[in-house]
Amino acid sequence: MRLAIDIATLFLLVAGCFFVFLGSFALVKLTSFFHRIHGPTKASTLGVGCILAASVLHRSIHGTGLHPRELLITVFLFLTAPVAAHLMSRAALSLMDRRPEAPSTRAEPEGHIRDDADERAEQLAREREEGLDDG
Amino acid sequence: MIGLLDKVIGGSMVVVGLAMLMALWRLVRGPTAPDRILALDTLYVATIAQVVLLGMLEETETYFEIALIIAMLGFFGTVVLSKYVLRRDIVE
Repeated sequence: MRLAIDIATLFLLVAGCFFVFLGSFALVKLTSFFHRIHGPTKASTLGVGCILAASVLHRSIHGTGLHPRELLITVFLFLTAPVAAHLMSRAALSLMDRRPEAPSTRAEPEGHIRDDADERAEQLAREREEGLDDG
Repeated sequence: MIGLLDKVIGGSMVVVGLAMLMALWRLVRGPTAPDRILALDTLYVATIAQVVLLGMLEETETYFEIALIIAMLGFFGTVVLSKYVLRRDIVE
């Protein structure tokens, strides 16, 4: 039983620090604010939840017994993260001169995610029409 | 098994520390104010993880209260900073 709890703790720790790292990596790597806000608000929250659950499990056998107090922080973070993300998005929107462009409605023909998907779709449609005219 | 667990906790602290450094880089670099608010938000979430990991390593109960206070004050700070950017005023 102790071994099973230790293994579960290990798994939760590895998953937790992976997701925390992923959130911060998204913060550094992605290009615009509305891309960046997805990483920390979702991945990091999940990662911290995993680490707090690992802490509960670890304390239940190596500490003073099962006290699920850390879950209080988890619940609080899971409740507040969407509110904080919404407020930060509102703040970023209020600093822009105009509303950002609507996301692409058509799938990009080659299946890659890219910023100029709409232009490429229009260009491909034009080429197809020209091809039909020729034929 | 306990030795392995302590090693994994130490490794997790290193990874979470790297995540905190990356959030700090965005805090220094960030082109706009919302970017910096987002970096602060990430930083406090990663700090909660780091404090809880330290509590697991030292096997004390003290760090739980610290993590709880960081969670509450961090959310409060994010809301107030966003509100300030939004309205240029905190108390309306």
